[in-house]
Amino acid sequence: MSWNLDSDRPIFIQIIEHLEYDIVSGSMPPGAKVPSVRELASEAAVNPNTMQRALSEMERQGLMRTERTSGRYVTDDESVITSLKKNLASVGVDGFIKQMKRLGLDREEVLKLVKDNY
Amino acid sequence: MSSLLEVNSLTKKYGNLTALNNLNFELESGHIIGLLGPNGSGKTTLIKIICGLLQPTSGSVMVEGNPVGVESKKVISYLPDTTYLGNAASVQETIDFFMDFYEDFDQDRAYDMLGKLGIDPSAHLRTLSKGTREKVQLILVMSRRADLYILDEPIAGVDPAARDYILNTIITNYDEKASILISTHLISDVENILDEVIFLKQGEIVRFCGVDEIRSNEGKSVDGLFREVFKC
Repeated sequence: MSWNLDSDRPIFIQIIEHLEYDIVSGSMPPGAKVPSVRELASEAAVNPNTMQRALSEMERQGLMRTERTSGRYVTDDESVITSLKKNLASVGVDGFIKQMKRLGLDREEVLKLVKDNY
Repeated sequence: MSSLLEVNSLTKKYGNLTALNNLNFELESGHIIGLLGPNGSGKTTLIKIICGLLQPTSGSVMVEGNPVGVESKKVISYLPDTTYLGNAASVQETIDFFMDFYEDFDQDRAYDMLGKLGIDPSAHLRTLSKGTREKVQLILVMSRRADLYILDEPIAGVDPAARDYILNTIITNYDEKASILISTHLISDVENILDEVIFLKQGEIVRFCGVDEIRSNEGKSVDGLFREVFKC
Protein backbone atom coordinates (compact mmCIF):
# COMPACT_ATOMS: atom_id res chain seq x y z
CA MET A 1 0.00 0.00 0.00
CA SER A 2 2.86 2.35 0.63
CA TRP A 3 4.87 4.12 -2.05
CA ASN A 4 8.23 3.74 -0.35
CA LEU A 5 8.59 7.41 0.35
CA ASP A 6 11.76 8.62 1.87
CA SER A 7 11.37 10.70 5.04
CA ASP A 8 14.25 13.05 4.47
CA ARG A 9 13.08 14.57 1.19
CA PRO A 10 9.90 16.63 0.81
CA ILE A 11 7.02 14.20 0.43
CA PHE A 12 5.13 16.21 -2.18
CA ILE A 13 8.15 16.14 -4.50
CA GLN A 14 8.39 12.38 -4.18
CA ILE A 15 4.68 12.03 -4.88
CA ILE A 16 5.12 14.06 -8.06
CA GLU A 17 8.03 11.86 -9.14
CA HIS A 18 6.00 8.74 -8.48
CA LEU A 19 3.03 9.99 -10.50
CA GLU A 20 5.26 11.23 -13.31
CA TYR A 21 6.62 7.73 -13.71
CA ASP A 22 3.07 6.37 -13.69
CA ILE A 23 2.15 8.75 -16.49
CA VAL A 24 5.26 8.15 -18.60
CA SER A 25 5.13 4.38 -18.20
CA GLY A 26 1.50 4.37 -19.27
CA SER A 27 0.06 2.91 -16.08
CA MET A 28 -1.81 6.21 -15.97
CA PRO A 29 -2.43 6.70 -19.72
CA PRO A 30 -3.20 10.04 -21.42
CA GLY A 31 -6.71 11.22 -20.68
CA ALA A 32 -7.17 8.72 -17.83
CA LYS A 33 -9.12 9.75 -14.77
CA VAL A 34 -6.95 10.41 -11.76
CA PRO A 35 -8.24 8.81 -8.54
CA SER A 36 -9.49 11.20 -5.88
CA VAL A 37 -7.08 12.98 -3.56
CA ARG A 38 -8.33 10.87 -0.71
CA GLU A 39 -7.88 7.56 -2.51
CA LEU A 40 -4.37 8.49 -3.61
CA ALA A 41 -3.49 9.78 -0.16
CA SER A 42 -4.63 6.57 1.40
CA GLU A 43 -2.76 4.47 -1.18
CA ALA A 44 0.45 6.42 -0.63
CA ALA A 45 -0.13 6.65 3.15
CA VAL A 46 0.34 10.40 3.15
CA ASN A 47 -1.64 13.38 4.32
CA PRO A 48 -4.40 14.44 1.89
CA ASN A 49 -3.16 18.04 2.01
CA THR A 50 0.23 16.90 0.77
CA MET A 51 -1.36 14.88 -2.02
CA GLN A 52 -3.49 17.88 -2.97
CA ARG A 53 -0.41 20.04 -3.13
CA ALA A 54 1.37 17.54 -5.40
CA LEU A 55 -1.60 17.26 -7.75
CA SER A 56 -2.02 21.03 -7.97
CA GLU A 57 1.63 21.34 -8.85
CA MET A 58 1.22 18.74 -11.60
CA GLU A 59 -1.74 20.68 -12.91
CA ARG A 60 0.36 23.80 -12.98
CA GLN A 61 2.93 21.92 -15.06
CA GLY A 62 0.20 20.87 -17.48
CA LEU A 63 0.42 17.16 -16.69
CA MET A 64 -3.11 17.04 -15.34
CA ARG A 65 -6.23 19.08 -15.68
CA THR A 66 -9.37 19.44 -13.61
CA GLU A 67 -12.79 19.36 -15.14
CA ARG A 68 -15.18 21.30 -13.06
CA THR A 69 -17.69 18.63 -12.26
CA SER A 70 -16.11 15.34 -13.14
CA GLY A 71 -12.70 15.38 -11.50
CA ARG A 72 -9.10 15.32 -12.50
CA TYR A 73 -7.58 13.78 -15.62
CA VAL A 74 -4.14 13.03 -16.99
CA THR A 75 -3.37 15.37 -19.86
CA ASP A 76 -4.12 14.00 -23.34
CA ASP A 77 -1.47 16.21 -24.87
CA GLU A 78 1.10 13.60 -25.92
CA SER A 79 3.78 16.22 -26.49
CA VAL A 80 3.75 17.17 -22.80
CA ILE A 81 4.19 13.52 -21.86
CA THR A 82 6.97 13.02 -24.41
CA SER A 83 8.90 15.98 -23.08
CA LEU A 84 8.41 14.74 -19.51
CA LYS A 85 9.78 11.38 -20.59
CA LYS A 86 12.82 13.09 -22.09
CA ASN A 87 13.40 15.04 -18.91
CA LEU A 88 13.16 12.02 -16.67
CA ALA A 89 15.43 10.04 -18.98
CA SER A 90 18.06 12.74 -19.06
CA VAL A 91 18.03 13.05 -15.27
CA GLY A 92 18.53 9.28 -15.07
CA VAL A 93 21.33 9.32 -17.63
CA ASP A 94 23.11 12.22 -15.88
CA GLY A 95 23.10 10.27 -12.65
CA PHE A 96 24.38 7.20 -14.43
CA ILE A 97 27.20 9.07 -16.13
CA LYS A 98 28.29 10.61 -12.85
CA GLN A 99 28.40 7.20 -11.27
CA MET A 100 30.41 5.73 -14.14
CA LYS A 101 32.85 8.64 -13.94
CA ARG A 102 33.35 7.91 -10.28
CA LEU A 103 34.24 4.38 -11.26
CA GLY A 104 36.84 5.86 -13.59
CA LEU A 105 35.30 4.65 -16.85
CA ASP A 106 35.69 6.77 -19.97
CA ARG A 107 33.05 7.48 -22.60
CA GLU A 108 34.00 4.61 -24.93
CA GLU A 109 34.09 2.05 -22.14
CA VAL A 110 30.70 3.17 -20.88
CA LEU A 111 29.14 3.09 -24.34
CA LYS A 112 30.50 -0.39 -24.89
CA LEU A 113 29.14 -1.57 -21.54
CA VAL A 114 25.74 -0.11 -22.31
CA LYS A 115 25.64 -1.77 -25.72
CA ASP A 116 26.71 -5.12 -24.30
CA ASN A 117 24.24 -5.06 -21.44
CA TYR A 118 21.16 -3.36 -22.83
CA MET B 1 -12.58 32.03 11.31
CA SER B 2 -9.82 29.68 10.26
CA SER B 3 -8.37 29.64 13.75
CA LEU B 4 -9.56 26.45 15.33
CA LEU B 5 -7.49 26.58 18.45
CA GLU B 6 -5.84 29.57 20.01
CA VAL B 7 -3.42 29.24 22.90
CA ASN B 8 -2.39 32.49 24.55
CA SER B 9 0.46 32.86 27.05
CA LEU B 10 -0.44 29.55 28.59
CA THR B 11 1.47 28.58 31.72
CA LYS B 12 0.99 25.60 33.97
CA LYS B 13 2.87 25.05 37.19
CA TYR B 14 2.77 22.02 39.43
CA GLY B 15 4.09 23.53 42.65
CA ASN B 16 7.61 24.60 41.85
CA LEU B 17 7.74 22.74 38.59
CA THR B 18 6.84 24.70 35.47
CA ALA B 19 5.26 22.20 33.09
CA LEU B 20 4.28 24.71 30.42
CA ASN B 21 5.95 28.05 30.10
CA ASN B 22 4.11 30.83 28.29
CA LEU B 23 2.94 28.95 25.20
CA ASN B 24 1.48 30.86 22.27
CA PHE B 25 0.23 29.21 19.10
CA GLU B 26 -2.75 28.77 16.81
CA LEU B 27 -3.99 25.77 14.91
CA GLU B 28 -5.95 26.03 11.69
CA SER B 29 -8.64 23.77 10.34
CA GLY B 30 -7.82 20.92 8.00
CA HIS B 31 -4.35 20.08 9.24
CA ILE B 32 -2.67 17.14 10.88
CA ILE B 33 -0.24 18.38 13.49
CA GLY B 34 2.30 16.32 15.38
CA LEU B 35 2.95 17.28 18.99
CA LEU B 36 6.42 15.95 19.60
CA GLY B 37 8.70 16.09 22.57
CA PRO B 38 10.63 13.85 24.95
CA ASN B 39 9.09 12.40 28.08
CA GLY B 40 8.07 15.06 30.56
CA SER B 41 8.13 17.90 28.03
CA GLY B 42 4.53 18.86 28.76
CA LYS B 43 2.65 17.21 25.88
CA THR B 44 -0.01 15.55 27.97
CA THR B 45 -0.35 18.57 30.26
CA LEU B 46 -1.02 20.76 27.22
CA ILE B 47 -3.55 18.30 25.84
CA LYS B 48 -5.34 18.00 29.17
CA ILE B 49 -5.67 21.75 29.46
CA ILE B 50 -7.11 21.99 25.93
CA CYS B 51 -9.58 19.26 26.86
CA GLY B 52 -10.57 20.96 30.10
CA LEU B 53 -9.17 18.29 32.39
CA LEU B 54 -6.61 20.59 33.98
CA GLN B 55 -6.80 24.25 34.83
CA PRO B 56 -3.99 26.47 33.56
CA THR B 57 -2.04 28.54 36.08
CA SER B 58 -2.35 31.50 33.72
CA GLY B 59 -3.17 32.25 30.11
CA SER B 60 -6.07 31.09 27.99
CA VAL B 61 -7.18 28.51 25.44
CA MET B 62 -9.92 29.31 22.93
CA VAL B 63 -11.56 26.68 20.74
CA GLU B 64 -13.41 28.15 17.76
CA GLY B 65 -13.67 31.38 19.72
CA ASN B 66 -15.09 29.77 22.85
CA PRO B 67 -13.28 29.21 26.12
CA VAL B 68 -12.73 25.60 27.20
CA GLY B 69 -16.06 24.26 28.42
CA VAL B 70 -19.24 22.63 27.16
CA GLU B 71 -18.97 24.22 23.71
CA SER B 72 -15.35 23.27 23.21
CA LYS B 73 -15.92 19.70 24.37
CA LYS B 74 -18.63 19.29 21.74
CA VAL B 75 -16.15 19.83 18.94
CA ILE B 76 -13.12 18.06 20.38
CA SER B 77 -12.75 14.31 20.24
CA TYR B 78 -10.06 13.25 22.69
CA LEU B 79 -8.11 10.03 23.01
CA PRO B 80 -6.35 9.96 26.39
CA ASP B 81 -3.07 8.16 26.91
CA THR B 82 -4.61 5.84 29.47
CA THR B 83 -7.53 3.50 29.21
CA TYR B 84 -10.79 4.95 30.45
CA LEU B 85 -13.33 2.38 29.38
CA GLY B 86 -14.93 0.23 32.06
CA ASN B 87 -14.33 -3.49 32.01
CA ALA B 88 -17.88 -4.58 32.50
CA ALA B 89 -19.35 -3.59 29.17
CA SER B 90 -19.09 -5.14 25.73
CA VAL B 91 -17.81 -3.23 22.72
CA GLN B 92 -21.37 -2.87 21.48
CA GLU B 93 -22.62 -1.47 24.79
CA THR B 94 -19.76 0.98 24.80
CA ILE B 95 -20.76 2.17 21.33
CA ASP B 96 -24.34 2.63 22.54
CA PHE B 97 -22.99 4.65 25.43
CA PHE B 98 -21.05 6.89 23.07
CA MET B 99 -24.16 7.26 20.90
CA ASP B 100 -26.06 8.59 23.90
CA PHE B 101 -23.23 10.80 24.93
CA TYR B 102 -22.13 12.50 21.72
CA GLU B 103 -24.56 13.85 19.16
CA ASP B 104 -21.89 13.71 16.45
CA PHE B 105 -21.13 10.00 16.94
CA ASP B 106 -21.39 7.98 13.72
CA GLN B 107 -22.32 4.41 14.59
CA ASP B 108 -21.89 3.02 11.07
CA ARG B 109 -18.37 4.29 10.93
CA ALA B 110 -17.54 2.59 14.23
CA TYR B 111 -18.94 -0.80 13.17
CA ASP B 112 -17.24 -0.53 9.81
CA MET B 113 -13.85 0.03 11.43
CA LEU B 114 -14.41 -2.73 13.97
CA GLY B 115 -15.15 -5.10 11.11
CA LYS B 116 -12.02 -4.12 9.22
CA LEU B 117 -9.85 -4.68 12.27
CA GLY B 118 -11.61 -7.97 12.99
CA ILE B 119 -12.92 -6.96 16.39
CA ASP B 120 -16.09 -8.72 17.54
CA PRO B 121 -18.64 -6.12 18.77
CA SER B 122 -20.14 -8.55 21.24
CA ALA B 123 -16.78 -9.15 22.95
CA HIS B 124 -16.42 -7.89 26.49
CA LEU B 125 -13.77 -5.26 26.97
CA ARG B 126 -12.10 -7.19 29.75
CA THR B 127 -11.48 -10.11 27.38
CA LEU B 128 -9.60 -7.93 24.91
CA SER B 129 -5.85 -7.56 24.84
CA LYS B 130 -4.30 -4.21 25.66
CA GLY B 131 -3.60 -3.48 22.00
CA THR B 132 -7.11 -4.41 20.90
CA ARG B 133 -8.59 -2.23 23.62
CA GLU B 134 -6.50 0.66 22.34
CA LYS B 135 -7.85 0.04 18.87
CA VAL B 136 -11.42 0.11 20.21
CA GLN B 137 -10.73 3.41 21.98
CA LEU B 138 -9.28 4.93 18.85
CA ILE B 139 -12.25 3.74 16.79
CA LEU B 140 -14.62 5.37 19.28
CA VAL B 141 -12.73 8.62 19.13
CA MET B 142 -12.43 8.67 15.33
CA SER B 143 -16.11 7.80 14.88
CA ARG B 144 -17.18 11.19 16.10
CA ARG B 145 -17.61 13.95 13.53
CA ALA B 146 -15.52 16.38 15.49
CA ASP B 147 -13.66 19.50 14.39
CA LEU B 148 -10.56 18.74 16.38
CA TYR B 149 -9.27 15.29 17.21
CA ILE B 150 -6.66 15.14 19.92
CA LEU B 151 -4.86 11.84 20.08
CA ASP B 152 -2.45 11.27 22.94
CA GLU B 153 -0.11 8.42 21.97
CA PRO B 154 -2.59 6.70 19.66
CA ILE B 155 -0.37 3.97 18.26
CA ALA B 156 2.06 3.19 21.04
CA GLY B 157 0.57 -0.15 22.00
CA VAL B 158 -0.47 -1.67 18.70
CA ASP B 159 1.39 -3.87 16.25
CA PRO B 160 2.94 -2.38 13.07
CA ALA B 161 0.28 -3.79 10.73
CA ALA B 162 -2.55 -2.33 12.79
CA ARG B 163 -0.54 0.87 13.06
CA ASP B 164 -0.64 1.21 9.28
CA TYR B 165 -4.36 0.58 9.30
CA ILE B 166 -4.91 3.10 12.07
CA LEU B 167 -2.90 5.79 10.30
CA ASN B 168 -4.86 5.05 7.18
CA THR B 169 -8.06 5.36 9.19
CA ILE B 170 -6.90 8.70 10.44
CA ILE B 171 -6.14 9.92 6.91
CA THR B 172 -9.33 8.68 5.34
CA ASN B 173 -11.78 9.39 8.14
CA TYR B 174 -11.29 12.96 8.98
CA ASP B 175 -12.96 15.51 6.82
CA GLU B 176 -11.21 18.49 5.31
CA LYS B 177 -12.46 20.92 7.89
CA ALA B 178 -11.23 18.91 10.85
CA SER B 179 -7.77 19.01 12.35
CA ILE B 180 -5.90 16.33 14.20
CA LEU B 181 -3.33 16.90 16.92
CA ILE B 182 -1.27 13.77 17.52
CA SER B 183 1.17 13.41 20.35
CA THR B 184 3.66 10.60 19.90
CA HIS B 185 7.22 9.34 20.22
CA LEU B 186 6.91 7.14 17.15
CA ILE B 187 7.83 9.91 14.78
CA SER B 188 9.02 7.87 11.85
CA ASP B 189 5.71 6.02 11.76
CA VAL B 190 3.58 9.14 11.59
CA GLU B 191 5.71 11.75 9.94
CA ASN B 192 4.48 11.10 6.41
CA ILE B 193 0.93 11.97 7.35
CA LEU B 194 1.73 15.19 9.21
CA ASP B 195 1.38 18.72 7.87
CA GLU B 196 3.09 20.45 10.72
CA VAL B 197 4.99 19.66 13.87
CA ILE B 198 5.26 21.30 17.23
CA PHE B 199 8.42 20.45 19.15
CA LEU B 200 7.96 20.85 22.87
CA LYS B 201 11.00 21.02 25.12
CA GLN B 202 10.72 21.53 28.87
CA GLY B 203 7.38 23.25 28.52
CA GLU B 204 8.36 25.54 25.68
CA ILE B 205 7.79 25.41 21.95
CA VAL B 206 11.15 25.17 20.23
CA ARG B 207 9.82 24.57 16.72
CA PHE B 208 6.50 24.97 14.99
CA CYS B 209 6.78 24.46 11.26
CA GLY B 210 5.70 22.50 8.23
CA VAL B 211 7.22 19.06 7.80
CA ASP B 212 8.16 19.50 4.14
CA GLU B 213 9.86 22.72 5.22
CA ILE B 214 12.10 20.71 7.53
CA ARG B 215 12.88 18.22 4.77
CA SER B 216 13.71 20.84 2.15
CA ASN B 217 15.48 23.34 4.42
CA GLU B 218 17.44 20.94 6.54
CA GLY B 219 17.56 17.88 4.32
CA LYS B 220 16.50 15.62 7.13
CA SER B 221 13.49 13.74 8.26
CA VAL B 222 11.39 14.98 11.17
CA ASP B 223 12.68 11.98 13.08
CA GLY B 224 16.26 13.02 12.30
CA LEU B 225 15.63 16.60 13.39
CA PHE B 226 13.97 15.42 16.57
CA ARG B 227 16.98 13.30 17.47
CA GLU B 228 19.19 16.32 16.88
CA VAL B 229 17.12 18.86 18.83
CA PHE B 230 16.59 16.54 21.76
CA LYS B 231 20.00 14.92 21.80
CA CYS B 232 20.74 13.66 25.28
